[in-house]
Amino acid sequence: MSVSSVAPQIVPKAAPTWRQSTSEPFVRIEQINKQFGDFTAVNNVSLDIYKNELFCLLGGSGSGKSTLLRMLAGFEKPTSGRILIDGVDMSNTPPWERPVNMMFQSYALFPHLSVAANVAFGLKREGLPSGEVQKRVADILDMVQLGHLAKRKPHMLSGGQRQRVALARSLVKRPKLLLLDEPLGALDKKLREETQFELMRLQEELGITFVVVTHDQEEAMTLATRIGVMNNGVIVQTAEPHEVYEYPNNRFVAEFIGNVNLFEGTVVGDERDSASIHCADTENLIHVDHGISCAPNQQVSVAIRPEKFRITREAPASLVNTTQGIVTEVAYMGSQSIYKVRLPSGKEVRITQPNVQRDADDRFTWDDHVYLAWDADSSVVLTS
Amino acid sequence: MKGNSWALKLSAGFGFLFLYAPIIALIVYSFNESKLVTVWGGWSIKWYVELFQNEQIMNAAWVSLKIAFISATLAAVLGTLAGFVLSRMGKFTGKTIMAGWVTAPLVMPEVITGLSLLLLFVAMESMFGWPAGRGTTTIVIAHTTFCLAYVAVVVQSRLASMDDTLEEAAMDLGAKPVSLFFLVTLPLIAPAILSGWLLSFTLSLDDLVIASFVSGPGNSTLPMVIFSKVRLGVTPEINALATLMILAVSIAVIAAIVIMRRQNRFQGP
Repeated sequence: MSVSSVAPQIVPKAAPTWRQSTSEPFVRIEQINKQFGDFTAVNNVSLDIYKNELFCLLGGSGSGKSTLLRMLAGFEKPTSGRILIDGVDMSNTPPWERPVNMMFQSYALFPHLSVAANVAFGLKREGLPSGEVQKRVADILDMVQLGHLAKRKPHMLSGGQRQRVALARSLVKRPKLLLLDEPLGALDKKLREETQFELMRLQEELGITFVVVTHDQEEAMTLATRIGVMNNGVIVQTAEPHEVYEYPNNRFVAEFIGNVNLFEGTVVGDERDSASIHCADTENLIHVDHGISCAPNQQVSVAIRPEKFRITREAPASLVNTTQGIVTEVAYMGSQSIYKVRLPSGKEVRITQPNVQRDADDRFTWDDHVYLAWDADSSVVLTS
Repeated sequence: MKGNSWALKLSAGFGFLFLYAPIIALIVYSFNESKLVTVWGGWSIKWYVELFQNEQIMNAAWVSLKIAFISATLAAVLGTLAGFVLSRMGKFTGKTIMAGWVTAPLVMPEVITGLSLLLLFVAMESMFGWPAGRGTTTIVIAHTTFCLAYVAVVVQSRLASMDDTLEEAAMDLGAKPVSLFFLVTLPLIAPAILSGWLLSFTLSLDDLVIASFVSGPGNSTLPMVIFSKVRLGVTPEINALATLMILAVSIAVIAAIVIMRRQNRFQGP
């Protein structure tokens, strides 16, 4: 089965399955708890993952994401709750009977077996005739471009090659669900990017549902159809990448994904389609284009991403959604520049601006007095 | 390690001299023509020829090799099981006691091990009628007991340094526990078991004290024969025999070290 030879199919773009309320989930996680002694690793998590998704579990270390993945693979038994894969309850199914394969962070290649024998391992356990085993192993090794290294032992391969062997070994059984634990963690930056796109291509071509665990938010943003952000054993937000970035539903998500400036303030006006927040740091009122539906005078945080600011030397016409300060740091990054601006209150705000012109002479520099402005629809109000 | 000072070199030299001078003297004198051990009479291999014609020594050598082979094999099996229990079973009542038991023979004076085993065998014989008398069986049991400890320690440390995800990967790919053990775990710890076996073999071959306690008439091991002969005066024949034993033990120990090295290089973390 040479996947790369499949002609690209033109399919009318339907709404993704996870946006349709009628879709049947492929993996259903129902109120899963996992205790290790007194420690709650996973706390009452429910999650639906749909067919052909590339779902990313994103979180720091100790957030419970790996434990959740290991429960999907069957290495850990949930303390309570259950997991259904393709409609079948997996509670009493041991790992070797699950229609699931996993790619381990350490790759876990068998050091005493050659590349080909590593890949053939799973097929042989199915009792397939040796002719078919050989054919499928050869095909999948060609697909990951390692056909010429089939006889090597893992210790004779580079990191990137090992990663591809591990991927081939987990794909060769054609699992319904592929679990990937930090799949790109051990690769260098360039190889990472290549592999990211490779993974996305494979996932689309093979039509296997992927669940990826990662602590790297960039990786999650690039790869995922949807991201589940985990913290302290709880999924705090499940959404598509741009939603997680643009509409985080709490402070943890806003700060974990990308950079963000948080302004503490008090709600002073709350209508159905707009709200005003008084904030000591910005001096002027912050205006948002949606209602907050909260108690009057509630304390909130307003999150504004660094690239949402407009930075000028002239005072803007209106005072709403503006502030001013002194440039304290400038970092030229090539495609963009990062500025830190100190507001009169002492708070530092991080701002990124694309470098549209090659040699702009009026670029902002240290100690410039600047005005910052943003749109009412580019800030997010966080109440938790 | 460049620029080692002369002091270090000197102490290394002394160390080697201290360790190997007696052995080298022994080897050289085993090729002595003279019948008197301490008088040099020119080179000869006649004592080796005589050695192979000495039936008593050949019998003892055969008994020793047989015992070493059987007890090393039993120790490899039982020690591997003990290593598994110690490294894999979670906390269980008596784990510390078991770890102590397994490693006790490593530090116990041989006289005590020998004496306690002798008492056990005597008591068992009078209670169950087995093992009937002392002989090869009792020596094998005794040697297995203390060799097991060495195997258990080596296997346990191998299992501890092994990547757990290898076994999970095998399960994930459809291996049931039995095939998991034979296809993944066993090949990975095989070098440890093998080097444990070799160590046991040499330990059993070397042992004099414990064997003296638990052997019976007509079942003297090689070290026992050597010891009894030496008490009547050292002959050049004994030198030749000792040289051969040193050779055998060195080969086994070096093989064990090489095997462990190789495994660390290829499968180390």
